[in-house]
This record gives sequence, C-alpha cells and structure tokens, in this order.
Amino acid sequence: MAIIIDENTNVIVQGATGNQGRFHTRQMLAYGTRIVGGTSPGKGGQEVEGIRIYENVFAAMEDHRVDASCLFIPAPFARDAAFEAIEAGVKVVVIITEHIPVHDEMDIVNFARQKGATIIGPNTFGIVSSGKCKIGIPSNRFFVPGPVGVVARSGTLTYEIVANLTACGIGQTTVVGLGGDRVVGLSFVDVLQKFEKDPETKAVVMVGEIGGNQEEEASLFIKKMSKPVVAYIAGKSAPPGKRMGHAGAIIERGRGTYEGKVKALKEAGASVAALPFEVPDLVRERIGI
Amino acid sequence: MKLYEYMGKDLFSSYGIAVPRGRMASTPGEAAAVAAEIGGEVVVKSQILSGKRGKGGGILFASSPGEAGEAAAKILGGTVQGLKVESVLVEEKIKIDRELYLSITVDGSAKKPVLIASASGGMDIEDVPDEEIIKYHIDPFVGLQPYAAREITRRIGLAGPPAGEMNRLLPVLYKVFREKDAELVEINPLVISGDRLIAADAKVTIDDDGLYRQKGFPRVEERTEAEQKAHALGLSYVQLEGNIAVMANGAGITMGTLDTLQHYGGSPANFLDAGGGTGMEETAKALEILLETNPRVILINIFGGITRCDDVANALVKVKKEREIPVPVVIRLVGTNEEIGVGILKENGFEAYRKMDEAAAKAVELANRH
Repeated sequence: MAIIIDENTNVIVQGATGNQGRFHTRQMLAYGTRIVGGTSPGKGGQEVEGIRIYENVFAAMEDHRVDASCLFIPAPFARDAAFEAIEAGVKVVVIITEHIPVHDEMDIVNFARQKGATIIGPNTFGIVSSGKCKIGIPSNRFFVPGPVGVVARSGTLTYEIVANLTACGIGQTTVVGLGGDRVVGLSFVDVLQKFEKDPETKAVVMVGEIGGNQEEEASLFIKKMSKPVVAYIAGKSAPPGKRMGHAGAIIERGRGTYEGKVKALKEAGASVAALPFEVPDLVRERIGI
Repeated sequence: MKLYEYMGKDLFSSYGIAVPRGRMASTPGEAAAVAAEIGGEVVVKSQILSGKRGKGGGILFASSPGEAGEAAAKILGGTVQGLKVESVLVEEKIKIDRELYLSITVDGSAKKPVLIASASGGMDIEDVPDEEIIKYHIDPFVGLQPYAAREITRRIGLAGPPAGEMNRLLPVLYKVFREKDAELVEINPLVISGDRLIAADAKVTIDDDGLYRQKGFPRVEERTEAEQKAHALGLSYVQLEGNIAVMANGAGITMGTLDTLQHYGGSPANFLDAGGGTGMEETAKALEILLETNPRVILINIFGGITRCDDVANALVKVKKEREIPVPVVIRLVGTNEEIGVGILKENGFEAYRKMDEAAAKAVELANRH
C-alpha cells in the first residue's frame, strides 16, 4: 500500500516536450513510473523518451486509462493546462510549476473540488510512493520503500530529510510535497488522514515551515491519530515580515511563528526536531527500530 | 507588491469607489497648491508602505494652504515607523459619522477569497474582537453577487442610504480584487459621511506572480539593492544582519541552513534561495551578489534535484577565475550529478562536504576565527 499513487498508476506528462518535461520524463521512467503518454499542443504524434506525445489530455485518454498528470507548464498557461486535465477526468494532478498567480491557484483548486480531483502543488516537487511510482522532480536515488510517510511544504528540505532517513535505513511509504505557495491543493491534515488509514505507514514525518496556520490545524488532527508524528519546522531564525522564498513563508502580524507551531505540535503529542538531521533519531525513538 | 495609499485610491476611484478629493505631493509647495485647490480643511498623510501612521506623527491636519505646506515640510524627508517619507497625500477632511472596516484577501486554508467586514472600523483589525468580525468566503466561480452583498450589509447592520451604497460597493471591490490580481484590498476606515460611503484609506497588495499581466501599475520598490539584483535574476533574497553569506537551493532548505547556522552559534548575513532549477550563469551571478555584501564566510548548501551539482561547481570555478574570492567558501554538495560536481571542485582547490551540519559548523568556525 501507499497513498494517492502506486505501481498501477498511469501517468501522463503535460509539457513533455520542453527541457524540464523531457529531462524529468526520463528520470520518472528510470524510477519505474508508468508513463503512458505526454501532451504538447501542436506536437501530437511526436515521441519523447519513447513516449507518445498527444495533442492534449483528451486525446491521450482515448488511448489510455490516465490516473494522474504531471504538469511542466509555464506559469501563464498552467491554469488552462490544469483545467484541461481536470475536465478530461484525471483524478490526480501534480503541478510542479512555480510563480502561478494566486488567483489562478484558487481557480484550479476550486475547480478540482467540483470535479473530485486531487491537486498536488502548485510549486511542489511532486509525490513519490517509494519503489512504485514517482511523479515529480526529486532525484531517484534517495527514495526507498519503508514504513514512514512524509509530508512537506518544501522540496529540497524534504530531499535532505528523506536522504537522512534512507541513510539511517528508514524507508518511506509515500512522500508528498504539498507545495510552497499560499494556496495549494492539499493540506497537512488531508495527507495525515490518508497516512493514518494506510496500513503500511507506521509513522509520519511532517516538514513544515513558518507562515500560515496549516501546522496548527494539523496539530488538532495529530491529537486524534494513532500513529506517531515527527515534525521539523523550518524558519526558526527568520525575521518577521519577510517572505522567506516561499509565498507562504512569512510571519505576519505575529502569526505563523516558529514558536507557535512547535508549541501546538508538541501539545498534540508530536516529536519536534530542532534541526533537519535530528529527524531519523526521533523516528527511531517513536517506532522502536 | 504593495501600493502606496494614493495609488490604491486612484485605483479605487477608477472603479467608481468614492474616495476623498485629493492628490499626491512631493514638496511643501505642491502640498500647499493641492490644499488651495481643494479649499477648506485638509489632511496631509505620509505615503509609506506601513500602517499606524497616525501614531507615528505621519498624519497632520491643516486649515489653510500655508499650514498644509508646513505640515508637508514636517513630514517629508523624515521617517515614520522607521520608513523614509518621500511623498504625502493631501486631501479634503471629510465629515465622519461612523467608521467601518472592509477587506478582501486570500484565505489559504479555505483556498478561496474571503471578505472581512466589521462595524468597528478605524483600528487595526487584529484588535477587533472576533464576534465583531464578519467573514464571508467567495467562490471564485460565482464571484460576489448582489445577494451576497445584501447579506453582508445585513450582517454589518447597516440601514438606509449607506446600506444601498454598501450593496453597490461590495461587488465593485471584489472586481478590483479579482481583475487586478490583488492579494489584499483593504479599506480602513470606510467612512459613513451623511448618506455616502467614502474610502478614507486604501491598502492594496498586488500578487507579484500576477504582475506580468498587470501593466497599469508603477513599480513600487521596497527591497534593498541586493534584493533587487537577486530578484532580477529570478532568485529570492532577504538581507539579514550576520556575517555568513548563505546560498542554498530551495526556500525550505535555505531556511533550514539558516536555522542550522544559528544552532552552531553562527549569524547568517542573508537568505538566498537560488531556486530549484537554476543554471550555471544565474548561480555565478548569485555568488557575485553574496561577495558584494562583504561577508566573512560564504556557505553554499546544495541538494541537487533539478539543480545539477556540476552546474554549481562550474559556476564557482567561473567566479574564481574571473575575480578573487577574498573569503573562505564552504560548500556542501549532494544530489544530481554529485560525483561530477565534487570532482570539478577538487580539481579547482575547493573542498566539498556531504553533510549539512558539518558544513554549517565549519562555516561558523571560520567566521569566528577572523
């Protein structure tokens, strides 16, 4: 088991003919992801990395069952491409693109809700069900199967933590990147609920950051969980009022602080690592390996 | 991008939202001229990208053009709330019967726009008790329809002519929010003056990611020079107070790097997120920005995903060939094409670490050695 995607997930890549799309199509195939097609308007019939390119998502779905789509589409066109996938009936849409206007993000997420689709991102590294399916951009080598679910707001910090886990012999069921923007498809709570139900997941690592109140909302759910949660929150040293890279990572009017998040998580029973590389030891402690 | 109050009011006015008569002035003479044009009592308001101007002496009243000039002279060139004042807004003093609060912003949890209103305006909305605040979420595919406007007006408790004005204002304010890619439109206070509703203040923030399709605005700059240079390269940079310059790839890991430095007793000079897919040229330019801030040590922390380690190594070598690097550079390099990258570094006399904590500890040690 894993959450959201697994070894039977059929994937298409929207924007597969661009530089990033091409590179990561190759990487995903190497990981074992079942990519059944790509799309690129005006380039239907071409091939990329041995994968057939279709005019659009509708055309790809005439030939294949498509469970998920991965978008490598520039920000100004991302809303249109996401709408296309949702309208065509794709149920998991992974949007790697960063700098999508927040109004477009609200449109995408609300349309997906109407159509019962799950949006991962925008501004995410994607999602990996270790050893089964990778949709997104992380390096292949660090994701190995194991008992820990990982959910995170940021990309490279997640690679850091997953690599540390793997180096300590702790593999992952599924690693989910929520995305760094203020409006994204999934919240920590959405993913924690799925991990709580997944029989293979024995513990969850949550990688949060300053800004917003998602971690505080997650704490309310963690209180009710049967599985242990280990958290790391980035941005302890961040000054208030400054956007630390991510649109969502800002302490505004005394809200979204490091201290507030850590307090809420600890009260809910989560273990909180002060630094990223302390995570594996805390996981070991909590699941007794 | 935050807009100055006068820009926000011009924007509101262009949509037919009532604002006090007035104009921006950047000298005392101009301020006096605007006051003469308006006639009667005026308000002279400092134009800075921060609230709480009244308490900071940034808002003065004047009853003649001469007094308006003097008020502007007092404010201009000085600082209010720590910010330099370069212009003032001179406008008519309006009769205030009642003050309301109104804003529309993005609710990241609900993933929808949220309209916030209160019958208690004029103060910071954070200080208004929850039970006096009305929140109304707007479905982006429905917009703010007349029925919703009437409901919000009912909840605020308005009656008579101001209620009718409010019913007309609310959909228009949402239109501004939506059409202008705003993250925030705020009117505080929204003044009831006789039968009219007047926006006595305007706070508007435009989504930076939407600016490419918003051509009408002058660019308002609140970043430092180094921040602007980094931004032009598509990098995210925040200036901090310390002496260890930091570059990492990704917002989260950059924050994590700063946290780790602080943990070992170090003090970061900046936050520089070189992004997920930055090529060699951009990385080299980012290094130049760091060097210009005269740090004691540079710490580079790269976990290559889209970013390739060989690109980063080549960028460092390029900068070293083009100019002297007068401070120690500590590099942590792992991920995509790691072996090639580390090889390039070794050939050029750089040592690379595999672990982030070891690299951070080394950077702190070097910074404290000088």
